Amino acid sequence: MPMLPPGISQETFDQALARFREAVGGDNVYSSDEDVALYRDAYSPFWGEPEEKLASAAVAPATTEEVQAVARIANELHIPIYPISTGRNLAYGGSAPPYSGSVVLDLKRMNRVLEVDERGAYALVEPGVSYFDLYNHITERGLDVWIDPPDPGWGSVIGNALDGGGGWTAYPFRDHFGAHCGMEVVLANGEVVRTGMGAVPGSKTWQQNRWGCGPWVDGLFRQSNFAIVTKMGFHLMPRPEAFISANVSVQNDQDVIPMMDTLNLLENMHQVNGSTGLGAGFGGGGAWSCTVPIYGPERVIREQMAFAKAKFEEIPGATVNVGELIRTPLTPEQYEQVRLVNFGIPNLSTFAMLTRSPMNPNPAGGHIGFSPLIPRTGEGLLEFRDFYRDNLEEVTQGENLGIVGPVFMTNWERSLVALIMFPIGRDVEMNRKMRAAFTRWVELAAERGWAEYRSPVAFMDEVADTYSFNDHALRRLRETLKDAIDPNGIISAGRYGVWPKHLRQT
Amino acid sequence: MSMTKIAFAGALGCAVLAGSALAQQALPIPPLQHAVPSDGLNAAQMRGQDVFRTTCEHCHGPGRGMPGTSSLAVKYQDTAPAIPALIEERTDLTPELVEFFVRNGSGAMAPYRKTEVSDDQLADLAAYLSRPRP
Ligand SMILES: Cc1cc2nc3c(=O)[nH]c(=O)nc-3n(C[C@H](O)[C@H](O)[C@H](O)COP(=O)(O)OP(=O)(O)OC[C@H]3O[C@@H](n4cnc5c(N)ncnc54)[C@H](O)[C@@H]3O)c2cc1C
Ligand code: HEC
Repeated sequence: MPMLPPGISQETFDQALARFREAVGGDNVYSSDEDVALYRDAYSPFWGEPEEKLASAAVAPATTEEVQAVARIANELHIPIYPISTGRNLAYGGSAPPYSGSVVLDLKRMNRVLEVDERGAYALVEPGVSYFDLYNHITERGLDVWIDPPDPGWGSVIGNALDGGGGWTAYPFRDHFGAHCGMEVVLANGEVVRTGMGAVPGSKTWQQNRWGCGPWVDGLFRQSNFAIVTKMGFHLMPRPEAFISANVSVQNDQDVIPMMDTLNLLENMHQVNGSTGLGAGFGGGGAWSCTVPIYGPERVIREQMAFAKAKFEEIPGATVNVGELIRTPLTPEQYEQVRLVNFGIPNLSTFAMLTRSPMNPNPAGGHIGFSPLIPRTGEGLLEFRDFYRDNLEEVTQGENLGIVGPVFMTNWERSLVALIMFPIGRDVEMNRKMRAAFTRWVELAAERGWAEYRSPVAFMDEVADTYSFNDHALRRLRETLKDAIDPNGIISAGRYGVWPKHLRQT
Repeated sequence: MSMTKIAFAGALGCAVLAGSALAQQALPIPPLQHAVPSDGLNAAQMRGQDVFRTTCEHCHGPGRGMPGTSSLAVKYQDTAPAIPALIEERTDLTPELVEFFVRNGSGAMAPYRKTEVSDDQLADLAAYLSRPRP
């Protein structure tokens, strides 16, 4: 028997499961050990230890009405539930809940692409729709719009956005939550709410204007536990005619300052819209580099590139190598050469960083990422470089833990994330060391005023603690909202450090 | 190669793409390459192959960027008799083994929940991957 939700009697739980079965059909409620074990986080840093977070059961509704029914039952019986979409949140918690004993609400079966409007360049999808699904839907119909996939293409367009994920094409599309437009959510009491223009009966602008009129609430559902999202609209990029990129390198540490200033200027002017890759002089002093990817009409981006090139060449010693212009759609030959996610094509090649290779024949298997937001300036990069170098020894206690980093990510406009990756496997001793190192990085970063943009479930409380201005006023505000919207505290207890009243430690 | 390098190579890869005179064409994006044709499969094996192509082939297919295939190539590099890196080409997989790996995962491959691959689909997949070879 899987565990019970804490504080819930066997009798109440059996009653809940029976009613869930009535609501969604017996085949769609999972309660055997074997079936519930499939919801474990394969990359859990607590794998096999008492602290590993485990589900008590799973329920898989197929419609919004069924989600409502499940929410009502859970609310009445005080059963904690944990909604997931495709549940492939690997590196950030997989499909396991932050609060052990939760019933996972698995929305994978809600997998309809409700609409793709080519003229308006938007989509409306259900939670179980993966990037592969949306891509197939679009290509099968020959629609001339791109999606923006994250590296793993099997994830949910909604789930990824709700966890704060990002992709690799042009801004603003690669900021997945930022590119959404309109939501449908089910509250803990089973009520359905549509946001933005979706609240207007007969509205035809739900996926066109995200604000509507009055207080905007969509942000409440990002990295949160206030509701179950059942539909979400997303703006799509009309297929860009072409793509061009350049590789800029500078010779000295101090040159990274004008390099970043130039890159930022070009991006802030919206002359460069692709996701830059930053190459760092980690050997200690020396060359830094960045890529300058631009999407758009061929004639326009050639001019933009000429402008960008001239700007970068103002930096003494900078070299700028402009790559071949690539027209879209890709030819089969190009398809074999490019990084596919840069062209809106979902795939799973990213997992190669975790699998066996001739250099690493016995890898740990999984990983988790520590990913603070740091200032997007050359000074910020240099400070982080030194910070990482100076503290690595202390953080790892002198051991080679195989920690890899930092990789700088610029998926979100004006932001810079410095990602450090920790291998996670089935070796309890190693996982313990990784956790200690992770916690130490969080503390050390917070001392500098840096904090994470997203967190693995195992560290959500620690990360939330670093957002502590005015004695944790932000947390108190979130708790006030939580209590108002979900008074029984049934939805995703503990997600991103927000606990319902009865589970709060004061 | 370190992970950092892989990530950077990915990000930089597009900048250094060689090639010329790439005329615009209304080509659909090429589908994944398939290692095994559908000829001669029975109904269950055919359904299993469909599941394989939608769910497994992104990692276990032939061609570039296939982490399952490249990992298994390393795992079995010294095995005699040789075990193919492409799981569709293997003759040593039993239905039980396929079911075990799909429900338990292996290394970076996370297990599949029943909402992703149902028991019926798994039976078809197992029939396909363990099909008798001439
Ligand atoms: C090798 C590797 C590379 C990666 N690269 C990237 C990358 O490039 N970009 C990136 O963004 N991520 C990346 N990730 C992280 C992660 O795997 C993806 O973000 C993935 O898309 C998240 O899983 P999912 O889409 O299945 O979402 P889900 O697991 O379905 O959802 C994520 C979380 O959101 C909440 N949630 C989901 N659906 C709902 C709902 N309907 N209502 C309320 N709450 C909900 C839940 O708390 C859930 O746990 C990577 C991971 C690995 C291992
Ligand atoms: C995210 C990429 C990925 C996907 C998708 C994937 N796998 Fe795997 N698979 C792997 C990796 C990585 C391994 C481990 C290889 C190793 O041990 O080196 C593996 C291992 C296996 C093995 C074990 C082989 C052995 O001898 O060790 C089997 C069988 C298998 N996968 C079947 C499947 C099936 C069936 C599917 C589809 C339902 C699937 N895989 C989907 C990546 C993937």
